[in-house]
Amino acid sequence: MSKEKPFSHPYIPNTVPEIKSEMLKRIGVSDIEELFQAIPENLRFKGKLKLPKPYLSEYELKRHVLSILSKNKTCESNLNFLGGGCWQHYVPAVCNEINGRSEFLTAYGGTSYNNLGRFQAHFEFQSLMGELLDMDVVSVPTYSWGTAAGYAIRMATRLTQRNEVLVSKTINPEHLAVIKTFCSSANGSNRIEIKLIDYHTKTGLTNLHDLRSKISSSTAAIYIENPTYLGTIESQGQEISDIAHTYGGISLVGVDPITLGVLKPPAHYGADIVVGTAQTLGIHMNCGGGTIGFIASRDEEPYIAEYPLFLYSITDTLEEGEYGFGNCTFERTSYVGREKAKDWVGTVSGLWTITAAVYMALMGPQGFRDIGRSIIQRSHYATKLLSEIKGVKILFGDQFFKEFIVNFDEANRTVRTVNDALLNDNIFGGKDLSSEFPELGNSSLYCITEMHTEEDIHKLVHSLKKVLGK
Amino acid sequence: MKEDIKLKKYHSPVWSEPIIMEMGHQGERGILIPEAEEEIKAAVGDAQSYIPQNTRRTTLPKLPEISQPQILRHFLRLSQENLGMEENIEIGTGTATMKYSPKINEALARTPQMTEIHPYQDERTIQGILEIMYKLGLFLSEISGLDQFIFQPSGGSLATFTNACLFRAYYAERGELEQRDEIITTLFSHPCISATAHAAGFKVITLMPNEEGYPDMEALKSICSERTAGLMVTNPEDTGIYNPRIKELVEIIHSAGGLCFYDQANANGILGITRAKEAGFDACHFNLHKTFSSPHGSYGPGCAAYGVREELAKFLPIPVVLFDGENYHLDYKRPYSIGKVREFFGNIPAVLRAYAWIMGMGAEGLLEVSRVSVLNNNYLAKQLLEIRGVVRYYDDKNFRLELTRYSWEKLKQDTGCGTDDVRRRMVDYGLQSHFMGHQPWIVPEPFTPEPCESYSKEDCDYFAAVLQQISKEAYTNPEILKKAPHNATTHQPNTAPLNDPKRWAMTWSAYLKKKNKRED
Repeated sequence: MSKEKPFSHPYIPNTVPEIKSEMLKRIGVSDIEELFQAIPENLRFKGKLKLPKPYLSEYELKRHVLSILSKNKTCESNLNFLGGGCWQHYVPAVCNEINGRSEFLTAYGGTSYNNLGRFQAHFEFQSLMGELLDMDVVSVPTYSWGTAAGYAIRMATRLTQRNEVLVSKTINPEHLAVIKTFCSSANGSNRIEIKLIDYHTKTGLTNLHDLRSKISSSTAAIYIENPTYLGTIESQGQEISDIAHTYGGISLVGVDPITLGVLKPPAHYGADIVVGTAQTLGIHMNCGGGTIGFIASRDEEPYIAEYPLFLYSITDTLEEGEYGFGNCTFERTSYVGREKAKDWVGTVSGLWTITAAVYMALMGPQGFRDIGRSIIQRSHYATKLLSEIKGVKILFGDQFFKEFIVNFDEANRTVRTVNDALLNDNIFGGKDLSSEFPELGNSSLYCITEMHTEEDIHKLVHSLKKVLGK
Repeated sequence: MKEDIKLKKYHSPVWSEPIIMEMGHQGERGILIPEAEEEIKAAVGDAQSYIPQNTRRTTLPKLPEISQPQILRHFLRLSQENLGMEENIEIGTGTATMKYSPKINEALARTPQMTEIHPYQDERTIQGILEIMYKLGLFLSEISGLDQFIFQPSGGSLATFTNACLFRAYYAERGELEQRDEIITTLFSHPCISATAHAAGFKVITLMPNEEGYPDMEALKSICSERTAGLMVTNPEDTGIYNPRIKELVEIIHSAGGLCFYDQANANGILGITRAKEAGFDACHFNLHKTFSSPHGSYGPGCAAYGVREELAKFLPIPVVLFDGENYHLDYKRPYSIGKVREFFGNIPAVLRAYAWIMGMGAEGLLEVSRVSVLNNNYLAKQLLEIRGVVRYYDDKNFRLELTRYSWEKLKQDTGCGTDDVRRRMVDYGLQSHFMGHQPWIVPEPFTPEPCESYSKEDCDYFAAVLQQISKEAYTNPEILKKAPHNATTHQPNTAPLNDPKRWAMTWSAYLKKKNKRED
């Protein structure tokens, strides 16, 4: 390796041999190899990494990657009815414009002097989300809704010094899987026990009888999602919160904020901690790469003390009338506390946080009301037409927001065969629930947003009729 | 050499933007939503009727009402008040590898073939994405020597948590979980290792460095026992020091029956140079937003590739991408899996960017990345160590790899100006402040620059020249540093309210409430 072979790459300025020699001379060595002397010979990788021949020109690289990406079929060129934790809402151009800005895209976590923009935009996210939720504290978001729920459950167990949580069976199964990982422990006495609460298979609502039979003075929190994974609007929020409070537990609710122009925020039915996504607020699905999750609560010291995440606070500066920002009680976090910290925080979802702030600003109060109404009307129009198809049944009645369950038991068809046929018509049918919720038979979860036109809905109906008619 | 460099005049943008909650007027709209078509409305009627009475929102959220140009202007101005890697010589932010994220890769990540994909789509319709995930996994296997990778953690800390969960599952299966409840790390490993191992239920034992900066081997032997679940470490550590006895460290843990995890969040100095496998590690992770060029996005979303040896692959989070020679599949049927650490498959746009980056570099390019990073770091060391007030801690027998822990201890003793003062003054020269190092700061007045391969010799010289100038100012007129920054977007914040329940405010509404209360 001692003989330098000239290698030039546009991303690496110091590949120029003369520059390298000059730098080596300054260091006082004759070969770069000498700089690796700390690595023992037996740990040195011998030979060359077996990687494909690179596309060194940008054009060839672009052609190569596009040739692979073109094997994907998109929700833009096809008609998509999948939701269930990742949703296709319209992304305003301004959202893309702002998150494409080099200054936001390529910065990391600098100080408020150099990165005031991030601090202020994050504080604005917290403030805007605070209005949607009607809560005074909102965190800088973490990785996803599921991880936010996992953290919030851990917060609740620390706040109550109890180690059991009741979780509704109607929460998103992906969230439940994450929660299970977060609640497990290498130390048996620290393990958080999760008990699942039944739902009424007629209505999709939480079974309060089952809830009452399972709650006890060991219950740290009850966690429900509203709307539920199965689409229904939970109208017993207040009763559920009251039950939690009666036993000294915490009411924890997960929410999709796109609903909050028309649905009551969980704080209005007794929720103490609220978690949720912001992916629906201006962030592309990105094959699930667009997840982001927040935690919110009242502004009470014991709660603040248990947050694992960053909380940006507004403050003032040396200059009269100037806003400043900083990390509230930074000592809580894992950057300072290591194993004594409140769980952990790290690189989370900064760019999506900024994007969601832009979205909420664009929408304003009326935008949220309009989108809620538009979605509800479209989704109910879809169920109205779908329920008229022979062999199709809509489960759980008509109290849902954007998602609902289409059942094919009467047509004697599996969701898989139906979806296969729909795919031939360039339609991505709803998510197959038959293994996640076997009690619902051949059911699938459909999602309708403001992006589905009357024509799109007719196309689905037409295609389903054709499929089931065979 | 540094004396010849003329420092540029700089002032960061000052827009004095209001908080967005203060903007706009009632009735303004930022965007309009497609109303349901007339036929739909006629068929279903009022939307409200489908919402149970007691769950209807009766008063609209108190969001601001602002028109689109004003919103755009506001956020563009905030962006200008944010210094990105692309706008500055971001050598200061060490450990984070602030490398160039190629624009072409960003353009590819923003095509509908990436953005408009739902993770539950039929496998047949996402073969492109699965192929990229699978192939990046193969590349990382080659780079690390480990056998199977997944991308579910969307940040480095979530990867170390994933690892702790995997260790947990491994011992649970062997019936040793109650016995093996200790994880060993080193002080100069990332603090998230301690935090996440603890969150997963382990006791954490932190190995302190000896005078040379290496983890103390004798101490390791004394703490290693039948209770040891494993080791979770970085190498080179936060100090830039590569521990040549790393294999020995791993062997001590293995002989006690423990597992070893290599935190390679930053692997920028060792690509094609040394691998996790040869050092004996069982698991590792790479941050795609560091070594593999995905942009940092103002604190995420990141993506960590987490990989393990074959024997541990059955514990990986689900799903895992498999290839049958013709098609790619998502494998969920893995009964030993730890389950999920995050929804779906991970931050896939970052996976795409990393794939494209490696395909644009090749084996020779990756090796060059590490060689040049290490060259830059040692070149910069020569420049920095000539600056009055700068010292380097620990072993000077060996060269550091991709970054170096320095100290302004001498400057502080001589002038009263320490690392924080220098950090604030750097802002006035258009540089992102240097990162001190992770806590606890046992190296006094620390700073940790990382001149990765994206920076030219001139960039290194300029960075050093700025620090030299600041040192000169500290010795001649320390007040300049004490009052810095002078040319920045904002001034020193009042930090007292951040820890005061009566004054902290995480939302505008809380701010107003507390302000009004004080004024009453």
